[in-house]
Amino acid sequence: MDTLAEALVNALKLLRDMDPALLETVGLTLQVTGAALVIALIIGIPTGAAIGLSPGVRGAGFLIPLIYTGMGLPPVAVGLFVYLLLSNQGPLGGLDWLFTPTGMVLAQTIIAFPLVVGLTMAAVRGVDAQLPVQLRALGATRRQTALTTLVEARMGVTAAVVAAFGSIISEVGAVMLVGGNIEGRTRVLTTAIVLETRKGNFALALALGLILLALAFVANFAFYRLQVRRGGGS
Amino acid sequence: MNTYTLAGVRHCYEDRCVVAVEEMEVKEGEILAIVGPSGAGKSTLLRLLNFLEHPTNGRIIHEGLPVGAEVPLEVRRRVTTVFQHPVLLRRSVSSNLRFGLKLRGERPSETEIQTWLDALGLADLSDAPARTLSAGEAQRVALARALILGPSALLLDEPTANLDPYNVGLIEDMIRRINTEQTTTIVLVTHNIFQARRLADRTGLMIGGELIEVAATEKFFSSPDDHRTAAFVRGDLVY
Amino acid sequence: MRNRLVLLIVVALAAAACRSGSNDPDVLRLATTTSTADSGLLEALLPGFESQYNARVDVIAVGTGQALSLGEAGDADVVLVHARDREDVFVAEGHGTFRSDVMYNDFVLVGPIADPAGVLGMSLAADALNAIAAAEAPFASRGDDSGTHTKELGLWEAAGVVPDPTKIWYQSLGQGMGATLQFANETGSYTLTDRGTFLAQRATLSALDVMVGGTTIDENADPALLNPYGVIPVNPDKGGVNVHLAEQFVDWLTSVDVQRQIGEYGIGTFGQPLFYPDSEPWKNR
Repeated sequence: MDTLAEALVNALKLLRDMDPALLETVGLTLQVTGAALVIALIIGIPTGAAIGLSPGVRGAGFLIPLIYTGMGLPPVAVGLFVYLLLSNQGPLGGLDWLFTPTGMVLAQTIIAFPLVVGLTMAAVRGVDAQLPVQLRALGATRRQTALTTLVEARMGVTAAVVAAFGSIISEVGAVMLVGGNIEGRTRVLTTAIVLETRKGNFALALALGLILLALAFVANFAFYRLQVRRGGGS
Repeated sequence: MNTYTLAGVRHCYEDRCVVAVEEMEVKEGEILAIVGPSGAGKSTLLRLLNFLEHPTNGRIIHEGLPVGAEVPLEVRRRVTTVFQHPVLLRRSVSSNLRFGLKLRGERPSETEIQTWLDALGLADLSDAPARTLSAGEAQRVALARALILGPSALLLDEPTANLDPYNVGLIEDMIRRINTEQTTTIVLVTHNIFQARRLADRTGLMIGGELIEVAATEKFFSSPDDHRTAAFVRGDLVY
Repeated sequence: MRNRLVLLIVVALAAAACRSGSNDPDVLRLATTTSTADSGLLEALLPGFESQYNARVDVIAVGTGQALSLGEAGDADVVLVHARDREDVFVAEGHGTFRSDVMYNDFVLVGPIADPAGVLGMSLAADALNAIAAAEAPFASRGDDSGTHTKELGLWEAAGVVPDPTKIWYQSLGQGMGATLQFANETGSYTLTDRGTFLAQRATLSALDVMVGGTTIDENADPALLNPYGVIPVNPDKGGVNVHLAEQFVDWLTSVDVQRQIGEYGIGTFGQPLFYPDSEPWKNR
């Protein structure tokens, strides 16, 4: 098919020429998704570990289904929620975050957070139930117990990072609504793909899609290397 | 000074008490064996002694000091347990050995690690992933990981259940050795009365959460005071 | 178990086969702009065509750029768009067989009621854009290669201004008309919009008002703001194109009866029509 071949050639050309507009879009994509991922991990991993390590936590029967539901939040619904939150008429309108990268980070953090919590919780619960007792018996503090359990559950925790990253770098609904797809300011790869498709520039759109895929692969490769290294090879 | 003195200690879930020990002493430097049928509350008693759980009622005095709900870290770190099923970390054997000291912010020397590996016949396995070991090897790693901490009290929960005679022999030798060489207090929970007889200075019988009788091991087996002890050592006590 | 699975597959296939039976209506793929779909006009008109020709119309509502691309690739049978110059190129390059006038409405320049560039009441859009650029007042561009975007670029050219998306005041969104109007409303920006979409969404655009173009098309003094729509059957040499039905659709859409319906649509809701009939048969009636 012509369009596909053309797209491949186009993608390579764009990369070879280091097209400044493209670099800007790629840069913003990484910035927004990276910031959202880091924030979601910083608050999500401890939360997931805490829930995973306290099996009899009060309200778990309600909390856990809630987290599982959150893991499937439709990005466009989150985008709408954040839009209304940040709109001039909204409760946080005074922040002036609508149509800014900061607002996009907020929306993507909300999408990633339940994924991180849910998968971290599952990973921590997947390790030997006797491990925390054993660690305490060896003299670990609660903090050391949680950290060691997370390291033991590193496969699952890496899966949480990968799933969260994959879900936000590829989502378009929230960044489109909250960011507004402003050229040079809030345009990211996914919204650029939608735009180029609507303009009928299928080849360019596909090229952008390939770049997105390549970015995701590089990031996942890095996550995997990190996991293997932390695990001392096993 | 006793390593442990227990008075009126109860540990209960809802309406059921799994441990109800009116009084108990663990003397410094002794090996105390606790025998009894499954479900007698022996493991729970060890968890209480390791401060992994807090008794619902009663008092535990550790090395002369009463222990409250919040156990100071340095007190907790004087005691450790080797469980029936060792949980090793997904790391090499030697880093499993280092783990407990690392928690304390200490770094053992290579020779220290090597000494313990040699002592337990693990010298060749230093770099092996811990999760690939046999049950006997794994239990020896767990024992080395506990002993390198130099605990004042070592709690052993069925440490040789399901192991072959060779591994049982290695582990029992080591228990005896550290008890005599380092005067480590040892509480050994076992359902194997022969092991108690081989190792313990004193032996106690636990049934239904209660401590029926504690006596010098020789007396416990030859002329116990309680008829239930007599029945248990004869093998007549069927539950 | 296995037999049951096979049975299930057979039943599912049979059910699917029945759906495409010979009594099924002919399908016409209509690629058009969001403005005609969002205004509700097509929903009001198309059932008449579907019952008269025993056809089903699949509406693909996209930007003018994509609508023309769909036609170019033979993925649509007929296109209904509003970017006169590009429509002529489309036919000249042989992607479409001929172009017919259908209807028109007009564009208006809307902006924040505070009007920081002072353009309210200007009669020509180009003058207003010049003032906006001079004041560096925020302007929201569709930026999506749509008919409206094409018109906007033409107006900037007429104003002698080259809009630069790296400048903070010129915001190129790459979004549909509705989203762009909401953006302008939130950020106090000026924007160019077709009157129909603005009227349809007016209730949610409390911060905006018409700056150039007046309250009805009759008050619009700038001929450059006229917005004609054309219909083009896709060239049958693309293969798989339902050219017969496409030509029937063009005849039907330009017929006096349907043109009258177009001219009456929206009067009840907005007090004025959203589109004005403009076909040859209508003008010659």
